[in-house]
Amino acid sequence: MSKIGVFVCHCGENISRTVDCARVAKASGQIRGVAVAKDYKYMCSDPGQALIKNAIKEHKLDGVVVSACSPHMHEKTFRKAVTEAGLNQFLCEMANIREHCSWVHEKEEPTTRKAIELVRLMVEKVKRNMALEPIRVDVTKRALVIGGGVAGIQAALDIADGGHEVILVEKDPSVGGHMAQLSETFPTLDCSQCILTPKMVDVGSHPNIKLYTYSEVEKIEGFVGNFKVTIKKKARSVDIDKCTGCGECQLKCPSKKIPSEFDRGLKNRTAIYIPFPQAVPARPVIDREHCIYFTKGKCKACQKVCPTEAVDFEQTDEYVEEEVGGIVVATGFDLYTTDKQGPYPDYKGYGEYGYGEDPDIIDGLQFERLASASGPTGGAIQRPSDGKEPKSVVFLQCIGSRHPSKGIEFCSKICCMYTAKHTMLYKHKVHHGTAYVFYMDIRAPGKGYDEFVRRAIEEDGAVYLRGRVSRIYRSGDHLIVKGADTLSGAAVEIEADMVVLATAVMPQPGIEGLFQKLGISYDQYKFASEAHPKLRPVECATAGIFLAGACQGPKDIPESVAQASAAASKALILFSRDQMLREPVVAKVNENTCIACWYCVEICPFTAISKKDIRDRQGNLIKRVAEVNPSLCTGCGTCAATCFSNSIDLDGFTDEQIYSEINSLMAVGQDLFPEPEKAEGDSPDEKAA
Amino acid sequence: MSESPQSETQKDGAGLPEAATSWEPRIVAFICNWCTYTGADLAGTSRMKYPPYVRVIKIPCTGRFDPLFMIKAFERGADGVLVSGCHPGDCHYTAGNYNARRKYTVFKALLETLGMDMDRVWFSWISASEGGKWVDTIRKFTEVIQEKGPFREYREMIDVG
Repeated sequence: MSKIGVFVCHCGENISRTVDCARVAKASGQIRGVAVAKDYKYMCSDPGQALIKNAIKEHKLDGVVVSACSPHMHEKTFRKAVTEAGLNQFLCEMANIREHCSWVHEKEEPTTRKAIELVRLMVEKVKRNMALEPIRVDVTKRALVIGGGVAGIQAALDIADGGHEVILVEKDPSVGGHMAQLSETFPTLDCSQCILTPKMVDVGSHPNIKLYTYSEVEKIEGFVGNFKVTIKKKARSVDIDKCTGCGECQLKCPSKKIPSEFDRGLKNRTAIYIPFPQAVPARPVIDREHCIYFTKGKCKACQKVCPTEAVDFEQTDEYVEEEVGGIVVATGFDLYTTDKQGPYPDYKGYGEYGYGEDPDIIDGLQFERLASASGPTGGAIQRPSDGKEPKSVVFLQCIGSRHPSKGIEFCSKICCMYTAKHTMLYKHKVHHGTAYVFYMDIRAPGKGYDEFVRRAIEEDGAVYLRGRVSRIYRSGDHLIVKGADTLSGAAVEIEADMVVLATAVMPQPGIEGLFQKLGISYDQYKFASEAHPKLRPVECATAGIFLAGACQGPKDIPESVAQASAAASKALILFSRDQMLREPVVAKVNENTCIACWYCVEICPFTAISKKDIRDRQGNLIKRVAEVNPSLCTGCGTCAATCFSNSIDLDGFTDEQIYSEINSLMAVGQDLFPEPEKAEGDSPDEKAA
Repeated sequence: MSESPQSETQKDGAGLPEAATSWEPRIVAFICNWCTYTGADLAGTSRMKYPPYVRVIKIPCTGRFDPLFMIKAFERGADGVLVSGCHPGDCHYTAGNYNARRKYTVFKALLETLGMDMDRVWFSWISASEGGKWVDTIRKFTEVIQEKGPFREYREMIDVG
């Protein structure tokens, strides 16, 4: 026979105002298996907790129901209290008679009756609770950071400075990401490279950071604290240990007309190339698609000229395995392109704007390269078609963004600011020129942001026109931009020398493949989803995986850096203990009855269930059954509700517990059915047993 | 209130001192811990009011909901069953609510074939911020059940079967 204690709280008057607490206690005392039932004004106070603790000792209770507020409020408090009295914390449950009863109902008979029934329900559950112990999981104190943009760099440096090893994987030949491409940054107009390159150098030389550039994550196995990662080091065709980065090979390479990714096609590069002068590592890579040796079988000019014999045409992809405990995903963004063959086939472009057809229609990142001192023009604003200085430039905002008919509803967040910056950079270099901006709304919330936009308008004279552009077409030397100014109601036609499109911020094309390998969820646009939009913004629902930067949604540099540091601190919290404790609400398999239908394996959202072989001593396979990995299981119970043979149950929410809760509620004292049924319904204990 | 608690305990095994004098609707709500339970908590902290005939059984996720729970509840005299969890896409466990929906859709078709009155089974998405929606749902559901009265048809259905 169970010995349950029921403790009914008045919560001052919060409960007792509408519920007769003394009656609830008295009625609870009559429930079979209840050894003691008491009511008290404030159960969560010190004397209230002492009352519970004393009762546990005095009556040798094996279960406690605290009938008070929501378990979300005080479950921890009472579980701690019962632990102090020597009872397992999972033998304590709360009946929610405040939020679910006294606060939402009037003072009347059914309200008190409901409170009694809620207590009874919990008593029936607690009778079947089992003493559980938190699950302990070992933690490998190393981190994997995926993506070497500013977010990945920041996260890697923070974790490394915290004293733990970091594996930083970057798919491109150099770290730096998009920030390395920028000219100057808003709202301070400090030079992007000047603030980023020192961090890139730190990442390359930090004793705790192992840098894999030109590499990709191939496979991920395991779970929080114990991930096993396979990294594919793509064949660089250059031995980076022998190479000194002198750059002779680039000078001699005869294949010179490949559009540079770093300069976004505004400049050409060679087939063997260092992406940009400040690259880390400053070592070249051979682009095998364009290399004459790899395409035609002869050339090897670079190999001949290399003073250290670092060029290695025989190099192949290499796979390395690393063990890590936590993962920071910082894969960043790319820009939606408006031409027909963009990287996002699911989205419609803006054919009427002529991007990709007219060289003088460029996107925001291309303008960054034009304005950058390290760019193709050395920082002079020259239009791509003929190198002339544009006398007027039209900037169009919200290209793709906030445009449901193009498939994108979100605001890209950074374009208002960078367009304002572009107009300033342009005006600072072309004093007599005019910058026009077509905008929908100016969104500049942020420290010093709105002031910055005002400066662009008021001091640098950018002409802001609220409205959309219908068409852009070439007329002789000029581009004609036809649009509407919705504030004056006039149709506008501008003769422009260059047009800059602020295209939407999108996740890296194809990034969902990586997210699927990681087992993390993503939204309709393929941005990674956080565990909670407000309270857990840097964690994934999958434990041990954290998000940083624009892979989660459009972000500017300060936000990306802040989130990266937050993700790093989450990883450091994970690494601060040798073992983690987890709630023991996990699924368990009854191997005797499992019929190996594998529905649970398929349905588990956390891939926590696998197939296990049961063998005899000779090693012969006897049967195969499902096996739950308690470190991965989060306790949702979907498997338990799916199992065909009732072989999986969820600790803390077992079938037995739930059925006894249902039994306890029903057909008591009410003439629902004719006599025989009523008699049957009146003994829930026996029924459940 | 009875003067002899001992005999009463034996009588109904539950220590309910008083039974309702007339019929009252009995609604069982299976709600997930993360969204709807918290939403119902919010209704409480906001002091919204709804009829006191709903009994909540907390499950971690609607994915844990086994349609047999519903059958059991009806068997034990419930007049209505509500299942409620996180909105699609908001599941704390990423996909539990999708599984619940799928299971419910299939099971619903089966029960309809058997002649079950499906107006007595409600399925809803109520997030942690939708205290008002919880209250509206319970009010409306209670009204519907009150109008329909005790679920005698279920008993008849079982007896015939």
